[in-house]
Amino acid sequence: MGPAPDLLDRRLLFFTGKGGVGKSTVTAATALLAAERGKRVLLVEVDGKGNLTALFEHAPVGFEPRRIHPGVSAMQMDTEASLREYLRVQARVPVIGRIGPLARAFDFVANAAPGVKEILTIGKVCWELRESLEGRAPWDLIVVDAAATGHVVSQLDAPRAIQDLVHVGPVREQTDWMVELLDDPALTALNIVTAPEEMPVNETIDLVARARRDLTVPLGAVIVNRVLPELFTHADEATFEALRTPDAVAVLERTAGAGATAVLDAARLAVSLRRSRSPHLTRLREEVDLDLLLVPYLFVRDHGLRVTRMVAEALGQELG
Amino acid sequence: MSGPGSLEALLAAREVVVFCGSGGVGKTSVAAAAAVTAAARLGGRVLVLTIDPAKRLADALGLEAVGNVERKVSLEGYRGLGVEPRGELYAAMLDTKRSWDELVMRHAPDEATAYRILDNRLYHNVTSRFVQSHDYIAMERLYDLHASGNYDLIVVDTPPTRNAIDFLEAPARMSEFFGGRLLRWLTMPYRISGGRGARLINVASRPFYNLADRVLGSQFLQDIAEFFLNFQSMYGGFVERAGAVEELLHDRRTTFAVVTTLEGAPLREAESFCAELTSRSFHLGALVLNKTLPDYLLSDDSDRAASALERASDDLAAELAASGDPALAHPALADPAQTARVLRTLGDSFRDYEVVARREAELQAELARLPEVVVRVPTFDHDITDVVGLAEVGECLFAHAGTLHPSA
Repeated sequence: MGPAPDLLDRRLLFFTGKGGVGKSTVTAATALLAAERGKRVLLVEVDGKGNLTALFEHAPVGFEPRRIHPGVSAMQMDTEASLREYLRVQARVPVIGRIGPLARAFDFVANAAPGVKEILTIGKVCWELRESLEGRAPWDLIVVDAAATGHVVSQLDAPRAIQDLVHVGPVREQTDWMVELLDDPALTALNIVTAPEEMPVNETIDLVARARRDLTVPLGAVIVNRVLPELFTHADEATFEALRTPDAVAVLERTAGAGATAVLDAARLAVSLRRSRSPHLTRLREEVDLDLLLVPYLFVRDHGLRVTRMVAEALGQELG
Repeated sequence: MSGPGSLEALLAAREVVVFCGSGGVGKTSVAAAAAVTAAARLGGRVLVLTIDPAKRLADALGLEAVGNVERKVSLEGYRGLGVEPRGELYAAMLDTKRSWDELVMRHAPDEATAYRILDNRLYHNVTSRFVQSHDYIAMERLYDLHASGNYDLIVVDTPPTRNAIDFLEAPARMSEFFGGRLLRWLTMPYRISGGRGARLINVASRPFYNLADRVLGSQFLQDIAEFFLNFQSMYGGFVERAGAVEELLHDRRTTFAVVTTLEGAPLREAESFCAELTSRSFHLGALVLNKTLPDYLLSDDSDRAASALERASDDLAAELAASGDPALAHPALADPAQTARVLRTLGDSFRDYEVVARREAELQAELARLPEVVVRVPTFDHDITDVVGLAEVGECLFAHAGTLHPSA
């Protein structure tokens, strides 16, 4: 087996991350970047908030993949729909006209029993991948906005967890090929979105260790979102400090008015914010040996497609 | 300072304050800061119950060891701010696994059943993955601590949930879980036949079992049913307890504070959470806008100054380099090209942050439903890692209500 291919040349990319770091934005941006590079992309929202498509300025979508942007189709995971599809297509269970009365019972067991919800989620994703590999589905790349760092291991580990618990039956047979696809570094990668702050970096370091220990899914890249710009070089910073001395401030205020102090304060804040974050970035570099892709903090007013595109551009530059 | 619309007044009037909000907004730090400041300024015995603090914050609170033990936290750091602490602060971290084990030991009809449950291989999965499990256990623990009567004020940091309202429903769902017809229905064949086969007895659940057999295999399902059967023996105690927990959350002595940043997604979630709290008749006490940018970014004076510094950068640089008296001239300002570049960078950077500050102000202005207390906490340019840092945040929390629309 040769070296793992570039990220976008794989077929299935999972994205996880701590809440608040911009996991969905990075996932959407990756889908957009791949589409702009000519790939047909399926974007899968797993965590059910239904606002991933808003990043393309498109209305929410359902379980059936729908085109939301040139080259990008999206679907929202729905474990009950996934079960129904599984039963119909693979287990060939005929009864499935009305699953309704069973839905609550199913929901109940799925909540309590280990891995049932997860397997239906991962199962659907793997199914789309297998269909694509065999030419029955059009996706060059499947991009999954997966569970947050706390839950992603159990999500991705579901097929193997089921193998441990269920020794016979159709589910058992189904999990073998899923594990094979998920474990293949030529096909699959788990990527972690983080930010240069204490908790997101801690969780990233923990997750990398845990994934290496408990998962066989290959790790991809760590995307560091919201990296603040370095305002000054070392020499510039000495000049900046000199500008904050009373004599210099007096000169600046004569020309620029009383607001000059606020401008200096704002720059001071920018420098300090950057500085308080940089040890976390350093720690990440030291403790995680995966590729780090840096996405700058975006000083923009709007949301939606424009921001997604800016993040996609930044990712594109980092990926080369 | 402590008018009726302040967080200080709110904390003084209540016994339980639950902080909630979506992930990454700084909920844990805000809750800890509120507790630190309440203990120092209001006095009495204050406990902060925290879920998953950052390592350094946990260290600051003396929580390096896991476990459900409450530890006293030194308020020494507060003296640095010139305030003599009036009360005492305690901190506890939620140990979900241990709390569940204790709960099982308490509610199981006998020790043998308790150990059968604790040893069940599904037990860990149910308690660690059942969606409401962490939420429920947090509320359960809160009930315990409140009932102990040891504290004048308990400040609770809620677990990171996908949906912030999950934990409000946790007690009701737990009652449903244990008391529900569904559980009886699912376990019926096993109860009747003593745990083995004979499913045909229950006509209603037959389609479910047929389906489940096809998908999961019957052994697996039987394991689940047996586990539920054992769990169900705790029914009475559990339901009663969940009812009491729910009552505490609705009690007049309890209030909720929603924490958010002024960013689109967290703010939308905070708003819907405020609405949910109100519609379920919980007491919505305060909204905390965390990590906000300073007001001076929005002033017209600053904006004009930023433009002027950029426009006049070359002239200013020349003036600063020549600066009359050479003894006063700063060596770092000797190169006009460099100084001019720094001045332009100042203008650029100001404009960058101004854009974000304006976005924040717009989002804040759009806030529809507001509780009586709305507090802004500025972004700190350093990490909050000790009691002094928490005190700084806490002083902002306590400072005053108002300054809602600083641009005005």
